[in-house]
Amino acid sequence: MSPSFRTTSLLDERTEARPNPRQEAALRARGVSPGRKRAVTLARGVAGVLTVALLWEVLPQLGLLDAYFIPPLHVVLGAWWDLIASGELWRHLQASLVRSGVGFVLATVLAIPIGAAIAWYRPVREFFQPVLEVFRNTAALALLPVFTLLLGIGEASKIAIITYACFFPILLSTISGVATVDPQLLRSAKVLGLSPIATFRKVVFPAAVPTIFTGIRISGAAAILVLIAAELVGANAGLGFLITYSNNNMLIPKMYAAILTTSVLGLAVNYGLVALERRFSRWRP
Amino acid sequence: MSSRIELRGVGQTFLVRGNDDRQLREFVALEGLDLDIAAGEFLTVVGPSGCGKSTVLDLIAGLAKPTSGSITIDGTPITGPGLDRSVVFQQYTLLPWRTAQANIEFALEAKGGLSKAQRQERARTYLELVGLTEFAGRYPHELSGGMKQRVAIARSLSYQPEVLLMDEPYGALDAQTRERLQEELVTIWQRTGTTVVFITHDIDEAVFLGQRVAVMSNRPGRIKAIVDIDLDRSGAGDRDVRATAEFAAYRHEVWTLLREEHAPGRPSPAHRKEDAHVA
Repeated sequence: MSPSFRTTSLLDERTEARPNPRQEAALRARGVSPGRKRAVTLARGVAGVLTVALLWEVLPQLGLLDAYFIPPLHVVLGAWWDLIASGELWRHLQASLVRSGVGFVLATVLAIPIGAAIAWYRPVREFFQPVLEVFRNTAALALLPVFTLLLGIGEASKIAIITYACFFPILLSTISGVATVDPQLLRSAKVLGLSPIATFRKVVFPAAVPTIFTGIRISGAAAILVLIAAELVGANAGLGFLITYSNNNMLIPKMYAAILTTSVLGLAVNYGLVALERRFSRWRP
Repeated sequence: MSSRIELRGVGQTFLVRGNDDRQLREFVALEGLDLDIAAGEFLTVVGPSGCGKSTVLDLIAGLAKPTSGSITIDGTPITGPGLDRSVVFQQYTLLPWRTAQANIEFALEAKGGLSKAQRQERARTYLELVGLTEFAGRYPHELSGGMKQRVAIARSLSYQPEVLLMDEPYGALDAQTRERLQEELVTIWQRTGTTVVFITHDIDEAVFLGQRVAVMSNRPGRIKAIVDIDLDRSGAGDRDVRATAEFAAYRHEVWTLLREEHAPGRPSPAHRKEDAHVA
């Protein structure tokens, strides 16, 4: 077996002999194990995706799965292409993107300052903590009927519920990010005679950014989840609507095409947020 | 560029809650502490662990207010932190999201009154002073412990304080790095003339650095004795000052003073006092 294809368990891999950090620093290089090559890692990942695609194609063809309920992949991809070519997909995608985008941005813009204010003053934090715990543990979708009652069946209620779902993860991560800033950094800001506002701007907020981003990433996933659920219930456009509509009209390949679109959207949002996070935390080891 | 500091009858009491009985009580960290620090002096402070060394530094820094007594700097009472004093802590307190250069600029932004170009220029000057010019663009996690502490020292000196307060700044460094940084610090002190108050638990470090070594007593902390050190530190880079007979004699003197504090079976009046419950 060539070294690049040998299989190693996590235990072997993590305990492998390698230069210690001081040696790495002196060399200005990093120790690598021979089995780990980017190309190999990538190839394995691609192989995994292709295997699933192949199973999806072959199993219905062989009659091992009901081809009517689970059409072979090429049929789904054909339906997907038709959706794209006719511009229908774009219309639904646009409706979904606007809803989740507005809700997500609104939640971020509200949650970060409110979270910072709550964390900054201990009495405020103690006042809000139990209330926030209750809200956080109330599933956003459970409140969907409430939002519909209050705001009707239109855009407002959908954007409101996405905002609600995105708000709490960001709020709570902002609170914990601000509240857990290294006291040693605060002491050195105090020694420098920094005003509270300057301390917040130059020390507390930058220190909290990585923690805040954890909440932002959770919210990104929540935005898509709640969006689709809200659109399944009552809408005349959007990816969720497209899924139920196709399902109700027995347009099964079209339904799978819509589901695949939500997967791609979810992946894109997650990768986008991870890239943004990386951009803001280049200083981390 | 240097100031005189006077501590008169300084006492510091904290409120604590016992781990075992959950009772609130007073903890006397310092009591009746007198200390004069001359302008431009390099004073080191040693003492048994937990004797309140760091508390003294916090008080001079203005991070805490004494429960009793007075602390003045050039005759003016200290009411809070100020840019006439700067502190280097044992824990690295660099902002991890700023490069070495930008960390020094951070202090200059706090001081104010300098343009961006002037701040950059000043930061470069002080990075050069600690020999880190080529590491200006590195983030703290890309620097070794010794380098981080050099940046912290450069940051503290960059706004030209009159007093440099150092709280066991080399405590986390390996022995060789520590010795090199001690030598550098003496050179920097000689060049800048800043008053330095340096807290340490390391007797060798105290004797090597200090013109005077203040030895503190057990809790509640007081100044037990002050040892004048008269060592020829010139050419410390090539000459092993620490191996000389004079160094050994001073070291022994301080060691003896500290050892007395460790002697068992000598309950100080402090013990009864700190156990007194708060009414």
